[in-house]
This record gives sequence, structure tokens and C-alpha cells, in this order.
Amino acid sequence: MPNAIKHVLFILVPLIAVFAVLPGLYQNHLLLFNFVTFLILAQGVNIIYGFTGYLPFGYVGFFGAGAYGFAVLVMHYQSPALVAVLAAGLVGVLLGLLLTPLLRLSGAYFAIANLAASLAVLHLVANPALEGITKGPYGVSLTGTFNPSHAYDAALVVLTLTVGGVVFLKNSSFGLALQAVREDSVSASMAGVNVVKMRIAAWLASALVAGLAGGIYAWYVSVFYPDNVFSGEFSIFAIVFALFGGVATISGPIIGVLILYGVYNLIGFTTPQYFQLIYGLLIMGLVLFLPAGLVSLATRRGWHVP
Amino acid sequence: MLTYALVAGVLFGLYFSLVGMGLNLVFGVMRIVNLAHGDVLMLGAFVALGVVTLAGIDPLFAVPLAFVLFLLVGTLLYWVLVPRLQGSANPEMLSIILFFGLSQVVEAITTIFAGTSERSIQSRLLGTVFSTIKVQLFGGKPQNGPIRILGQGFPAPWVIAAGISLVAIGLVYVYLYRTRLGTLTRAVMSRRDEALASGIDVDRVSAAAFGIGLGLAAVAGVFAPFMFGSITPAFGADATVTSFAIVVLGSLGNPLGTALGGVVYGVCYMLVQTYLSSWADLLPYVLLILILLLRPSGLLGRRVRVA
Repeated sequence: MPNAIKHVLFILVPLIAVFAVLPGLYQNHLLLFNFVTFLILAQGVNIIYGFTGYLPFGYVGFFGAGAYGFAVLVMHYQSPALVAVLAAGLVGVLLGLLLTPLLRLSGAYFAIANLAASLAVLHLVANPALEGITKGPYGVSLTGTFNPSHAYDAALVVLTLTVGGVVFLKNSSFGLALQAVREDSVSASMAGVNVVKMRIAAWLASALVAGLAGGIYAWYVSVFYPDNVFSGEFSIFAIVFALFGGVATISGPIIGVLILYGVYNLIGFTTPQYFQLIYGLLIMGLVLFLPAGLVSLATRRGWHVP
Repeated sequence: MLTYALVAGVLFGLYFSLVGMGLNLVFGVMRIVNLAHGDVLMLGAFVALGVVTLAGIDPLFAVPLAFVLFLLVGTLLYWVLVPRLQGSANPEMLSIILFFGLSQVVEAITTIFAGTSERSIQSRLLGTVFSTIKVQLFGGKPQNGPIRILGQGFPAPWVIAAGISLVAIGLVYVYLYRTRLGTLTRAVMSRRDEALASGIDVDRVSAAAFGIGLGLAAVAGVFAPFMFGSITPAFGADATVTSFAIVVLGSLGNPLGTALGGVVYGVCYMLVQTYLSSWADLLPYVLLILILLLRPSGLLGRRVRVA
């Protein structure tokens, strides 16, 4: 059996099946939806950071832009939710295209420029001068399209596509070429890899995923403010979840989300400061003691982790 | 209006240079992105607050206190965090995440002890030591009015902060170019491997730079309540991005570049604030992206970017 089919059968299918069945068994649907959203975002980060080495510190920019793409289409054109979700993905891709010049930067410069870009989009959307289009800082309310169960199903479809994309990257020469570019771009280009095209493809794919996730998030919550959908927590959580499990694998980000976001919800929200303290310490411990993620515990022993 | 904006821009700019200076030193020497920089600024502000509320003296006394305190904290922190980090596969990227974690810890601890309310210090308290000395030596009455420059009145704390910043920048220059440790620091900045190979104790030099960087940030933080009106534990995150804009605008590893970057940033900020106030929030981010794309080495820089 080829590896790709194995990965689909043993990782993708069980994951989707579990999240398709859970809403019938468990009451807190918002929590399940958040799990799916973070699974999508963590895999999106995996595509760009794991396979190309660019750290998208302002990843939430695409998510928020998608959410507002959805909102603008629904508010001004009364379009159906599904069309608006597709448009949200398109908005993510367009923002990604606009930001492709950032890929010329390397290392920390890229991360910081990306962070600045996401904050610039936030301040643009939240600007009172644009109230006519985005409602500025006053937030949007999309009660007309409110339908959480359909939104949840749409999120599962996007999750399937995203994890499927990562399975493809893991098992194709395209993904191998991307990793070659990450390790040593000069050698990769000598070997006939079109470095620029590869990077842009991965960048746009992860932008698309975040845009779609943002659109679906807007559909699900239906009332939100710029600070909600552009909250830096989305970027940070997605990056930390992906890193905690281990990037450039299929299962790493999934394990990361299930464990860390699970712990997050177990600790509870009653005292946010203590929570922030524990979380900060966890992040520091992760970087200092387990920089290659949980899966490195297995790979160090020579076990193969998909 | 224009003169006011320009002079205020230069005053703020000098202060902003001090804000960015520590970050520049840390990134230049260690290639480490200190995302907790803004949080050190915030802690510096709390040192000033503590000096005022506990001792009831001029917040200027918090300047040496904050510097020495965070010089020690920084050196200690360096030995705990950085050697381990440098051993990993991709220290530059992981440093972003590590120091993000640190900034979360700092913010959480400060919130636990100080609450989330906005704190401010009465601006007339700053510089009382000067007016007291003046009164004792020359007689006359203490005055707390605005300071007049080019026919415009500016709040005294702005002028004092700009003056202290200028002194601090001068001292950093003296450190880097007139002391032995400073020369070694510049050697590590330009070629870390070669510095190591030629027998320089890179870790010691870096620890000193890290300590000084944090110390400078804390000194800048002492003036933050006066320059920004008030301070909360969540102030750090914004301050970090602003500092980055300033550092990148100048250039990495060049303190004079940061001074220039700060002044350019301050003047732009005041001009936008005066003429297009609703867009002023966007400025640091847009400026940062433009500079990174058009001239990534900064206004005075050597080439630092590789694509």
C-alpha cells in the first residue's frame, strides 16, 4: 500500500470521522468548532513553516481578512454563506499575493514583517474612516446567515482539504522539493527546483487555508469585532500547537492541537493571568527542552512518524 | 503647527531611539529576537512607579536603579536561556517563540501583582530634583511650566526624556567605540564565528550586551508613563513592534542608525498625528514593511538580509 493511502486511511479518515460524530455526543459545540479551527490553522502553519521554514508570525492576518471578506460579502451583497466562504478564501489568497514580496526577507525579518503586516490589516479594517465598508471598530453582526451546524460541516470540509494537502506534501516530489528549499535553497535551485515558485505556492496555500477558516469562523460566530478575529492569539496558538507536536509531519500538529488545546480548556478561563503564566512557561519549556516537538521523542529512537 | 510637530517629533524621536537601542544591541550581537523587549520597558515603568509611590522622590532616581537592576537580570537571564537556545537547530526562529513565552510570563506576573488598571505618574514629579537644586543654588521659585523651544511650549517631561535619551545614546557610543569590551562586542556583531575563532569569549560579550540591552529598555520604560500618558501590564506587546520599526528603520548593529531611525520615526509620527490622526496607528507597521522591502539594511546599514 503506498504511503499516501496509508496516511489518508489511518490519520485523515479517523480524524474527520471523530469530529463528524462528536457533535452528537458532546454538548459544547463551540469547543469542538474551535478544535477544528485550530486544527486547520496549525496545519496551515505546518504548510508554510514546516515545509519552507518561513515563520508566519502574523498568520492571523489571513484569518481576519477572510472573516472580514465573508462579512463584507454578506453585509453588502447579501450573498449566500457558502459563496462568501469561498470569497473569504480568495481574500486570503489575494492578501497572500500582496505580501509575496515579504518572502524575499529571511529569518526573523520575515516573521517581524509578517507580524507588522497583520497589524496593518487590523488597523486598516478597524479604522473609523472605513466605517461604511467594514463597520470600523464597532464590529459586524451577520445574523442573516447564522447557521452553526452548517458552518461546522464546512469547517470539516476545509480540515479535510488541509490535512489532505499536508498528506500530499509529505508524499510528493513537490513536498520533497519544498523541504530541500528549506534546508538549502542554493543547492535546491542547482538541482533544478524553482525556488521562488515553490515558496509562493506553499505561501498561497497556507493563506488560502487561513482565509477559508476565517470565513467559516465569521459564519459560525456571526457577531465579532476586529480585535476578535485579528487577535494575535490565533497566530501564536497555531504556531505553538504545530511546534509542540512537531512540524513537517502530518500527525505532529494534530497531536499538538489535541493535547495543548485540550489542556487549555481543562485549566479553564477563570483566572486568565494564571493561565497566561502557565502558558508562557509551557512555551519556554517547549523551546528549551523539546525544540523539534513531541514527535522528536519518537524519531530520536529511530521510529518513523508520518 | 508645523514647527510644533517637528520639534515634538525630534523630542519623541530621541526618546524612541532609546526605546529601540536595547533591542538593536541584543539582535545585533546574538541574532536573537527579544520579543520581551516591550515588557522590560513596562517593568521599567513600574520601577519608576515604585520609586514614586514608595519613596516619594523624583522618578529620575529610578533611571540608575532600573538600569542596574535589569543589567543584572539580563546577564542572569542570558546564562539561563541563550546557550541552550543557541544549541538548537534554528535559534533565530525559536528565539521569537521563546521570548514570546517570556513576555507572556512577565505580563502575567505583573498582572497578578499589579492588576490591569492603567497607572500614571503626575508629570510635575519628574525633574523636581533639578528645580530643587536650582532653587537652592540660585534662589527664586520652583517652576513647573512647559519648556519653551522655538516659541512653542512643550511639556517638561518630554524635554527631560529626550535629554536623558541623548546622554544614554552617547554612553552606548562610548561603550562600543572607546572600551575594550565594546570593541569585542562589535567584533561579535560583524562575524560571530570569526570572533569565536580568534579567541574572544563570545558568551561573556553577549551576556554583557544582553544585560545592557535590557538595562537600556528599562531606562526607556521609566519615561514611558510620561511619554504615553499611562501604563498597563499589556503595554509591552505594542512597544515591541514599535521598537522593531525603529530598529529596522535605522539599521541593525549600529547605535547611531537607531538614533537616526528614532528621530525619523518620531517626526513621521508627529506629522501623521497632526495632519491625519485617524491613520497614525497604521504608521509603524506600514513604515516597517516598506523599509524591510525597499531597504532592508536600514537607512545607514550594511547588508544584512539574505534571500
